[in-house]
Parts: sequence; structure tokens; C-alpha cells
Amino acid sequence: MIAGALLAVLVAVALLVVRVLRGPTTFDRLLAANSIGNAAIVLLALFGFLTERPEFLDLGLTYALLNYVGTFAVLKFYRSGSLGAGAEDGT
Amino acid sequence: MIEIARDIVGGLFLAAGAAFFLIGAIGMHRMPELFSRIHAASLADTTGVGLILIGLMIHGGFSLVTVKLVFLLMFMLFMGPVATHALAAAALQAGLKPGSPTTRKQVAARATRKVAAHAAPPRKGRGKA
Repeated sequence: MIAGALLAVLVAVALLVVRVLRGPTTFDRLLAANSIGNAAIVLLALFGFLTERPEFLDLGLTYALLNYVGTFAVLKFYRSGSLGAGAEDGT
Repeated sequence: MIEIARDIVGGLFLAAGAAFFLIGAIGMHRMPELFSRIHAASLADTTGVGLILIGLMIHGGFSLVTVKLVFLLMFMLFMGPVATHALAAAALQAGLKPGSPTTRKQVAARATRKVAAHAAPPRKGRGKA
């Protein structure tokens, strides 16, 4: 059952990657990247259970913090730096 | 006996969590513009991840692993909305208002492609943006 959930989450990650590539605005890409990060955490936990090795959960915990901080870093950079800021709203 | 019951209940939670995660990922493609897409993504993040982690907790039983899973679940449930809130605030501040031309163009494109009956029709009568 764990392997089934693992495969389902992998399919979801593939869908999210398509959204990252297609997303018109940078915020779509960031949103999809954040979701991919959450999927990675779940994948780590599932894989840890699949191979009966609890160390993977520690990886999942640290990656949860990392992903969260990464999203905020990109947002902060986006707000202060103006790279590509005027791309989609034409102001 | 307990072992079988635990596996069944854990498996059900895992299946439900994986299903919600997939629904969230599909929602990311169906929604026409960013702000409804955030809604779909948060569905995947909170319910999908939560149910999968609860399924693993049931599967793990009373052990250190379950404590780690509880921390992970608490973190995800608290920090998910904060991240999406910051993202929406940054998007609004960058000028991507829900009714802005960008999103209206996306919605119009979606409507003209007639992908789905429930797609939002383009709003008429709005002033020149």
C-alpha cells in the first residue's frame, strides 16, 4: 500500500513539474515548486517506511524547514530585486 | 488480528491521502489563474499530506517514528497556509490582482478554449484596465 501511495505522489509530482514549466507568472512556478517540495517530504516519509529505515523521516523534517525557507527567500528576492517583476503586468 | 486491522486502516488513510494529493495536482492545471490555483495547491498540501502522514502514523504504531511524524504533520499544517499567504500577498503587491488583465486574459483564453463547462466566463462591462 505504501508503494501505491509512493507511485501516486510521483505522478502528482510529474503533473506539478508540468505546471512549473508552463506556469505563465513566476508565482505559479513558485507555487508549484512549493508543492513539489511538500511532495518530496511525503516521498521521503513513504520511502523511509518502505525500506523500514526511520532515518528518512529526519531528512523529511529538515527538508520541510528548507523548502519553507526557500519559498520565502524567493519571495523576498522577488519583492526587493526587480528581476522579471514587470514581465507579466506590464507596469 | 490487530496487525491486519492496523494495515487496513493505515492503507485506507494512505489511499485517501494519495487521492487528495493527486486531486490537488490536477487542480493546479484545471484552475484558470493564479489565485484559484493557490486554492488547489493548498488542498494537496494540507489534506493530502495530512492523510498520508496519519496513515503512516497508524502504520508505525507507538514508537519514536510516530513522534517524528506528529512533528512533521504539525509543521506542515501550521506552515502551509503561511507560505501560501505570503505568496498571494507578494502576487497582489506585484500587481497581479485577481481581476487584473493578466488573469482575465488567462480566464478568457480558458473560456474560448471551452475546456470545461464550469470555466468562469470573461467578465464583461469592466472598465478599460
